[in-house]
Amino acid sequence: MTALTDHVPDKHIHPAAPRKSLGTTAWENLPQALVKLDPRHLVRQPVIFVVWVGSVLTTVLSVLDSSVFSVLITLWLWATLIFANLAEAIAEGRGKAQAASLRQTRVDTAARRLLADGSEEQISGQDLKVGDRVVVEAGQVIPGDGDVVEGVATVDESAITGESAPVIRESGGDRSAVTGGTTVLSDRIVVQITSKPGESFIDKMIALVEGAARQKTPNEVALSILLTVLTIIFLLAVMALQPMAIYSGDRLHLVVLVALLVCLIPTTIGALLSAIGIAGMDRLVQRNVLAMSGRAVEAAGDVSTLLLDKTGTITFGNRQAADVLPVAGVDRTELLRAAYLSSLADETPEGRSIVDYALAQGFTADITSTPELLRTGAEFVPFTAQTRMSGVDLPDGSRVRKGAGSAVAAWVHAEAGHMAHDVDEAVDTVSRAGGTPLVVAVQDVGMPPRQLGVIFLKDVVKPGMRERFDQLREMGIRTVMITGDNPLTAASIAAEAGVDDYLAEATPEDKMRLIKAEQQGGRLVAMAGDGTNDAPALAQADVGVAMNTGTSAAKEAGNMVDLDSDPTKLIDIVGIGKQLLITRGALTTFSIANDVAKYFAIIPAMFVGIFPGLAALNVMGLSSPKSAMLAAVIFNALIIVALIPLSLRGVAYRPLSATAMLRRNLLVYGLGGLIAPFVGIKVIDLLVSLLPGMA
Amino acid sequence: MSPLLQTVLALATVGVIVAVLGYPLATWLHRVFTDERHWRVERAIYRIVGVDPNTEQRWSVYAISVVAFGVVSVVALWLLILVQGWLPWSFGRSQTWHGALNTAISFTTNTNWQSYAGEAGAGHTVQMLGLTVQNFVSAATGLAVAIALVRGLARAGADRVGNFWVDLTRGSVRVLLPIATVAALLLILGGVIQNLNAPSVVQTLTGGPQTIPGGPVASQEAIKMLGTNGGGFFNANSAHPFENPNAWTNLLEIVLVLLIPFALTRTYGLMVGDRRQGRLVAAVMAVLFAGAALLTTWSETAASTLATGSMEGKEERFGIAWSALFGTATTATSTGAVNSMHESYSPLGGGMLMLNMMLGEVSPGGVGTGLYGMLVLAIITVFIAGLMVGRTPELLGKTVGRKEITYAALASIIMPTLVLTGTAISLLLPSARAAMLADGPHGLSEMLYAFSSAGNNNGSAFAGLSADQPWLNLSLGAVMFLARFGIIVLTLALAGALASQLRRPVTAGTMPTHTPIFGVLLVGIVLLLAGLTFFPSLALGPLAEALS
Repeated sequence: MTALTDHVPDKHIHPAAPRKSLGTTAWENLPQALVKLDPRHLVRQPVIFVVWVGSVLTTVLSVLDSSVFSVLITLWLWATLIFANLAEAIAEGRGKAQAASLRQTRVDTAARRLLADGSEEQISGQDLKVGDRVVVEAGQVIPGDGDVVEGVATVDESAITGESAPVIRESGGDRSAVTGGTTVLSDRIVVQITSKPGESFIDKMIALVEGAARQKTPNEVALSILLTVLTIIFLLAVMALQPMAIYSGDRLHLVVLVALLVCLIPTTIGALLSAIGIAGMDRLVQRNVLAMSGRAVEAAGDVSTLLLDKTGTITFGNRQAADVLPVAGVDRTELLRAAYLSSLADETPEGRSIVDYALAQGFTADITSTPELLRTGAEFVPFTAQTRMSGVDLPDGSRVRKGAGSAVAAWVHAEAGHMAHDVDEAVDTVSRAGGTPLVVAVQDVGMPPRQLGVIFLKDVVKPGMRERFDQLREMGIRTVMITGDNPLTAASIAAEAGVDDYLAEATPEDKMRLIKAEQQGGRLVAMAGDGTNDAPALAQADVGVAMNTGTSAAKEAGNMVDLDSDPTKLIDIVGIGKQLLITRGALTTFSIANDVAKYFAIIPAMFVGIFPGLAALNVMGLSSPKSAMLAAVIFNALIIVALIPLSLRGVAYRPLSATAMLRRNLLVYGLGGLIAPFVGIKVIDLLVSLLPGMA
Repeated sequence: MSPLLQTVLALATVGVIVAVLGYPLATWLHRVFTDERHWRVERAIYRIVGVDPNTEQRWSVYAISVVAFGVVSVVALWLLILVQGWLPWSFGRSQTWHGALNTAISFTTNTNWQSYAGEAGAGHTVQMLGLTVQNFVSAATGLAVAIALVRGLARAGADRVGNFWVDLTRGSVRVLLPIATVAALLLILGGVIQNLNAPSVVQTLTGGPQTIPGGPVASQEAIKMLGTNGGGFFNANSAHPFENPNAWTNLLEIVLVLLIPFALTRTYGLMVGDRRQGRLVAAVMAVLFAGAALLTTWSETAASTLATGSMEGKEERFGIAWSALFGTATTATSTGAVNSMHESYSPLGGGMLMLNMMLGEVSPGGVGTGLYGMLVLAIITVFIAGLMVGRTPELLGKTVGRKEITYAALASIIMPTLVLTGTAISLLLPSARAAMLADGPHGLSEMLYAFSSAGNNNGSAFAGLSADQPWLNLSLGAVMFLARFGIIVLTLALAGALASQLRRPVTAGTMPTHTPIFGVLLVGIVLLLAGLTFFPSLALGPLAEALS
């Protein structure tokens, strides 16, 4: 089984900058981490702020009454803070690099604004207003986001998508949206501006990847609350310890209390929390998906219903030949030959698929290409709306035709040809099986035309879709296929692809109704869409992924934009959302489980002076009270650094059922979190005890 | 037979009896709190009190009702104790104003901490009209709040969580009164006294005088145990032969204590329409309970070289196993009754009894309080672990978001906050220090035990502390009041937040909350939360004493 998120588009990753090693990135972001020591910044993260207060306190104490122990504790407390800031700085730093390359596309462009009288004026792109119409010609940069209202052009959108192949943008229809900063390669278009300068798509992208627009997501807020409450209770537990210690006959040194407090409060998850969030968004950007809010990424993890368009998502966009059904008395090879010849010059995808199919079925052709065919004197008869047939007239005078059943029947009938009695039967068979029937007929020289059989054109389900839907089902996600096909065809394709449900002959209103019904039942819905009539449904869905090729209305309505315009990516997005939540949960569990070992290190060390018997609790056999406490503090700091890569990468995620996932993660992060610090603190203690004054 | 084996057999016996009686009781509880009709006597009560029993309340109104009822109860009981000198059957017994206030809060909050001795502080009238009445209604209040929280989980898109006055009345009339009546009769049969006699002094054969007390003991004893109250008629509580004369009454009292808390888990399952959920909660409670009983027995056995184990402070008629089981049952259920002196337990044994309380009274906890305490912890568990399955955490289709986790987290830190600050301040105060019998770690245990008992509304006492003095009466009183009503208000807020949510359907992506793995996790979180908060103080008390 492959992980859903293993699927990375083979296109190069936008925006261009190759990833540096983590070590380099860490070093580069160190200054930023130091800047973040500003308490005004830290106060927003209560857990880390408590560490800051503790560090300041121990610094003062170390200055007043310095000992090797208190100086070392103080240094490691500051290290804890810097490591915590480093995690965030690295995560943000990655976004900054991307933002910088995006900014280059935002250089001020000149705009040719159309005036009411049809004349043009040259103004700065910054002065454009919504509703202005501008002319853009080949070689010019589009000055702002808008819709093409006149003309058709090829546009290089690599600045935002990273895809170098040009795309076509034309007025009307669902391919009218253009993005400021992209370049027109050919022709001339008139663009109506739809966004104010500074609020364009690129501006939004920059803000998003930079994290400037980042707000805490609902789950992050809830987790912060729990961490804050835990911090408060540990603060109280440590504060209450001093009176108990005094009662027991030994006033504890303040440095020791601060060390205990910092070890107990959930610093690990507190330090990594924002990095995890930023990295989650970043993972989407890596897959060329822009989430307009972190909330949407989180919602993706919660999705329980996926609405997938049939065409382009579940099936290849075009129908392909899957079978031929000869009528009685006709040889299969003869039918294959007629189908092959009639399609050789047909450049439609369906035509090409018939040629490929015939060859794959072992038909050996003496003529292998269109030019070769035409050189023999054959004449191609293209499809017209009147005949609804296409075909070829061969040099020997014979004619081959293929087309819709009724059209071919009409032709055969008109030429007084022979009507095969079982053609209608074959046509029905194909229709019932979810395919499109194409009837093939041939008219040999001097003979009436006769029907040879039927080509079965079918929607071909993309390979691997069934496995993906099985995985989704295992994860508790229902997939619903949306199609304009009739219910019969839809049912057949739905069964073949293995989706849970389908919506046939779907109108935008039907889609909307379906989404609302699912949401009424407490389910979160994700969908992809590109057309203007998808906009309401995109807005209603909990996760609405708009295709970048779509209209600006669709992009505005959705809460994510897929720059690759690949609706299949919806499945990856769900995986990324889940991975984000799992990473948070795993590190929270790990962080809390760590506390057990820290207690066993610090508590006996604190009180062994008054109650020697408590040495029995020193299960790790740490060398001295001071080295034990220092080792716990050092472990607490280093574990943050050790987990930065994990928090940026996200925990390994495979689509499993919740039960299996819980068992696995609990074992790794729960049990691991209990055991790891026992080992880690012991090792650090062995090293620390070598320091003077620590043994 | 070794005490440990005795405890195993005793646990099995108690387990079977509680299961057999609890099963139908759970069904009955379910029916009581979902019944559309009112009994005639109930309608009479509603008319007198002036409430409309058919109107349900929002969580806030429900909470105001609970707190208002609590405040009125405290004031009324306080006044009753203060004026008892003018009431019949008082025999000149009295309490100081602060002692009386402490008692009033204590009985209203289902704590039943007694800074007075029954023989000197409460006449029969106060016992019957004041204390016994509160024994009923304080237990019914806990029951009501638990039911309201379960309704929050069971309902979807609702803004009401029930009617407190109806829940309170039904709990008292349909559940507590009938069972307590039967139990009182059984106790009388077992030898518990029931009369209105004044104490009489007799000359014994050995020559010395002895005071033979009287009183309506059985009627109070039944609800004292059934309602997980624990306030003894006599100072010696259930160690007194008139309260708990023999092994049979001892078994009956243990069963009474455990009956409703365990039965409620099944009621929970029935109300949310998924009995597996209730079974899981029951299993988690049972594991924690049995573990505690066995560890306590082991500690008491190991503490002495005698074959009987350490018998100091224990009654010969109960022995180690039945004392440890009684101690575990009453500390793990917020009852606080004792049939042996916990102060005399071995350091680890006493520490275990203290830990039972520090878990937050969830194993299985008091009437109602145990269930809602455990559900609050389940919500925290779901939140921490639920993220690990890649979804917003949810319990029974209700997502645990910002509001829910705020209420649950705050509810779970009220107790440790009160216990730790109370203990710390008291250890610094010379006046409070003077009340301690022991010094060193055992003295610290006395103080920690007292505040753990008050902060968990348990009422159990480590006998060494002479708590009848202004600071302890008032500070413990404040702790009892804040712990009880603080947690109740937050629990009801949680109920409201849950009730208003729509239910998300259960899918393969939902983390199941009825599986053994979730059970292990819940046990882990319960132990971890208590351990992380109280380990340092336990290290300076019971652990330091045990290891020296």
